Amino acid sequence: MEEMLEIRWHGREGQGAKTAALLLGEAVVQTGKYMQAFPDYGPERMGAPMRAYNRISNDPIRIHSGVTSPKVVAVLDSTLLGKVDVTQGMHEDGILLVNTSHAPGEIRSKLQLMGKRVYTIDANRISLELLGRPMPNTPMLGALIKVTAVVGLEELIDDTRRKLEKKFKHRPEVIAGNLQAIRRAFQEVRAE
Amino acid sequence: MPVRDLKARTGNEAMAEAMRQINPDVVAAYPITPATEIVQIFSGFCADGLVDTEFVAVESEHSAMSACIGASAAGARVMTGTSSQGLSLMAEMLYIAAGLRCPLVLAEVNRALSAPINIHCDHSDTMSVRDAGWIQIFSENAQEAYDNLIQAVRIAEHPDVLLPVMVTTDGFIISHGLEAVQLLPDAEVKSFVGRYQPKYSLLDTDHPITVGSLDFTDYYFEHRRQVAEAMDKARSVILELGEEFARRFGRSYGFFEGYRLDDAVIAIVVLGSTAGTARVAVDALRNQGIKAGLLKLRVFRPFPARELAAALSNLQAIAVMDRSDTLAGTGGPLFHEVRSALYDLGSRPRVVNQIYGLGGRDITVEDIQEVYMSLHRLAAEKESLPPVQYLGVRE
Repeated sequence: MEEMLEIRWHGREGQGAKTAALLLGEAVVQTGKYMQAFPDYGPERMGAPMRAYNRISNDPIRIHSGVTSPKVVAVLDSTLLGKVDVTQGMHEDGILLVNTSHAPGEIRSKLQLMGKRVYTIDANRISLELLGRPMPNTPMLGALIKVTAVVGLEELIDDTRRKLEKKFKHRPEVIAGNLQAIRRAFQEVRAE
Repeated sequence: MPVRDLKARTGNEAMAEAMRQINPDVVAAYPITPATEIVQIFSGFCADGLVDTEFVAVESEHSAMSACIGASAAGARVMTGTSSQGLSLMAEMLYIAAGLRCPLVLAEVNRALSAPINIHCDHSDTMSVRDAGWIQIFSENAQEAYDNLIQAVRIAEHPDVLLPVMVTTDGFIISHGLEAVQLLPDAEVKSFVGRYQPKYSLLDTDHPITVGSLDFTDYYFEHRRQVAEAMDKARSVILELGEEFARRFGRSYGFFEGYRLDDAVIAIVVLGSTAGTARVAVDALRNQGIKAGLLKLRVFRPFPARELAAALSNLQAIAVMDRSDTLAGTGGPLFHEVRSALYDLGSRPRVVNQIYGLGGRDITVEDIQEVYMSLHRLAAEKESLPPVQYLGVRE
């Protein structure tokens, strides 16, 4: 059995981390893979730290407990760094992706990280430019699939378009902005 | 590799989808976390004209079940959904639904009961109405929830049964977790469930009947005995329909499912989503050479005591995992049933109880592995265990 990929998303309530996990899960299913997507269900206060998860595998996924040792961690809000232990339980060779204007090396020294691979993307700037407000989840998705190759860019774009067309039927600019944000982040994500 | 035809659905979405395909005559419901989405999504199907259902928005769960009973007595195919406190508020009417032999189907999302207030998963709600005369079917994941709900309609309406059925999922873990599910074509589901042809109907004025009559010392006992007999007859119906479902759609269902159980020395018995996590623990232990097995119980009512005893008879030690407690000081309800089922065996495995996950406390592969390791030591006579333990609780 091929190894199952586990992803943990860190964000604040209202930033769309749960939606990012769901969009990724839905895109992955379209390629015939099995997946899970779920958040921690808490009091759901806007701005409170929250986590969401994905599991992805070529085989049916039977485990139904929380994700405790993720291979990939995506942080939608850099103000969580130092306040929430975002690398808790992470694989030694895991991938840490942070939404920030800083370079990966700066994040590495801030968190005093050994091992792991660090990537950064300025998802707030991308969403501000394309959507007019900081909604980092879709650009984070674009960056995440670039660094994990868990699903192809065009597959994610196609599936996300279908999902957004249902919700934003009368606001085509929101659909176009989000899809462009995915593409931009896919290109702009910075490695060490 | 060909792309499998998988869809992304939460447990609630999968159950709502099954309801759309079943297209019941009446749904009466009141919302409650974490079951709200089931009837919320379904009410959308009603508004969009995708079903022919009369949707009755009521003011409480007691009223929801009352309306369901009325509609069922009138000869309608009826479904609803609820959870936790909602099921508790329905309790009075649940007994009546069974006693009046209303074959209605309830999508139930397992959630803890107050107090303290908690919205997360345990099985206290379902267990609190285990003697109400309802068939109770548990689901490991969204796929099973979908498949079970479709089968439930046929089980309930079978002329030998005519009892209400509740199909459960674990709150949030399954109800809100997005998973890959294989859905059936609408026509296949419609063909499987068929048309409901009630034997009796309040609206059939040519053949008048009395429903809800007074029944004292003269016949009450006989009528209750008939409920027990119907529950007994449900056994073969559940198995036959499980086989028919497997023939038609390729996924088989029985009273329970064994996982690496045939040559196992130690095993756990568990309901719901934890069975999935336990499979991973079993595989890990097998890799270490420990003969661990798993029995996932699907049907809790009627309780398949004889079949269960046969499946467990060759084991040395068993841990029954309960996600609820009787608070009697003697363990959880599943433990009581399983241990009782084993009593008539000539030589009995040792059976202990692990109460776990109350109020949604996460249960991990490592937790379950530790349960197996304690059984391993028990079977090797290296350790004795108290009959009832609380797994992962802070004492």
